[in-house]
Amino acid sequence: MTGKNIFTTFILIIALLVLPGSFALAQEHSEEGDSHASELHEEEDEFDPGTFILDHIADSHEWHIYTNKHGHHVSVYLLVIVYTKDKGINIFSSKHLAHGHVYEGFRIMEEGDHKGQIVEVDEEGNVIEGKLPLDFSITKNITAMIIAALLLLWLFVSLARSYRRTGISAPKGIQGFLEPIVMFVRDDIAIPNIGEHKYEKYMPYLLTAFFFILINNLMGLVPVLPGGANVTGNIAVTMVLALFTFFITQFSGNKQYWGHIFNTPGVPFWLKPIMIPVELIGMFSKPFALMVRLFANITAGHIIVLSLVSLIFIFKSLAVAPVSILFVLFMDLLELLVAFLQAYVFTLLSALFIGLAVQEHH
Amino acid sequence: MILANSLATPAIGTIFWTTLIFGLLLVLLRVFAWKPILAAVKAREDSIKSSLEAADDARRDMERLMADNEAIMKEARAERDILMKEARDVRDKMIGEAKNQAKTEADRIVEKARTGIKKEKQTAITEIRDYVAELSIEIAGKILKENLKGLPEQEKLINNLLDDIDLTRN
Repeated sequence: MTGKNIFTTFILIIALLVLPGSFALAQEHSEEGDSHASELHEEEDEFDPGTFILDHIADSHEWHIYTNKHGHHVSVYLLVIVYTKDKGINIFSSKHLAHGHVYEGFRIMEEGDHKGQIVEVDEEGNVIEGKLPLDFSITKNITAMIIAALLLLWLFVSLARSYRRTGISAPKGIQGFLEPIVMFVRDDIAIPNIGEHKYEKYMPYLLTAFFFILINNLMGLVPVLPGGANVTGNIAVTMVLALFTFFITQFSGNKQYWGHIFNTPGVPFWLKPIMIPVELIGMFSKPFALMVRLFANITAGHIIVLSLVSLIFIFKSLAVAPVSILFVLFMDLLELLVAFLQAYVFTLLSALFIGLAVQEHH
Repeated sequence: MILANSLATPAIGTIFWTTLIFGLLLVLLRVFAWKPILAAVKAREDSIKSSLEAADDARRDMERLMADNEAIMKEARAERDILMKEARDVRDKMIGEAKNQAKTEADRIVEKARTGIKKEKQTAITEIRDYVAELSIEIAGKILKENLKGLPEQEKLINNLLDDIDLTRN
């Protein structure tokens, strides 16, 4: 199969995945609107794109698939794990909390400051203000992340097994597709930034981060289960990833690295005390930038796609649909690029920061 | 935007599970995927590298061998030339020597022959002289027998003649 053929097939698959997905997304909301219509006639025509978009990019305790004609939601209910001082650990299905139901004194807020979060309620159904219960639920994002992790495990463990089988012969099958990416991470990210002698130690982290971000980015582009969760557009997820880079950097830091922070070379002695806080801020701003960059890029992409879908409902015209779909298709292709790009940028910068921490004085 | 605010607030549960899942994924992939994959790729690269080096070595050996062959050939050719030259010299020398020897021998033979001839000639001359002398004496005797009848002049003549004969000559 030639490279061009593979590319065409790839584009076709993406198009097939994206187009029906966009329809499904659109349909879902229109029907959702109908279901709400029975309850709220006066708000039937009200479409709030802001709420619509944020509902779709936010995390959720259930994985909504679609709502049927009769207004029934078809969702995958996930595990709720909440902890409060009084009640201890509570584990139950999010089915009990669906549509604002109260269960075991908990409910999911549908409006207000804590929208989407689990709050405690008293017997009369009033929200107990103050501290929120600690929510360790397996949310939509966590579920998507587990699926992604399992997918990665399956992919790369079978890849490793195929290496054991074929020995040192030329790569074939799945090796031919994944090996160049692994080699890219090694030859173009790790070695140039960390150096020939020290990169090997950091390869597992860089590879894992790269493929974890990539697969979650890609799955985030697929609008139906198991895709559609906004994992890498979740600030907590990107924060954890950035913290991994941060701690690896700090623990790898050699004398040179710490010397640079606390005794900046080439600076007059009276400037040195001022340089310490500057360097310390730099230490934390690097992972902070990593966190925000990935979060903002992925979230922005999702917001644009959802905004374009919203156009159909804002104009209340089917004629807008083809335009929206074309734009969404274009955006999805752009997001496909961004998915790779952000995985690359995160890994590259991680390697760069680690490289700065381990470099030897010349 | 309250909702946007909630988007930018990391949730504790997500942090917890992400750390756990990512950490676990990192450990599992490290042990079961990255190490064997990177090792296999490295092994392949090393094998390719060493194969290339071996091929290079072989090529260099080949070149060296060919150069050696060339040198040996050259040497052999030079040696052959030397041998040929020597042989030619020896031949020339032998011919020269043989010529010289033959000439000397011939000269010697000629000289010997000449000496022999000379000797023979001398002998012959002596013999002839003796014979002539005998003959002369005989003739003279015969003449004398006829004429020497007591003539004092004749006796004087004879004595003169006898004085003239040099007996030292042969």
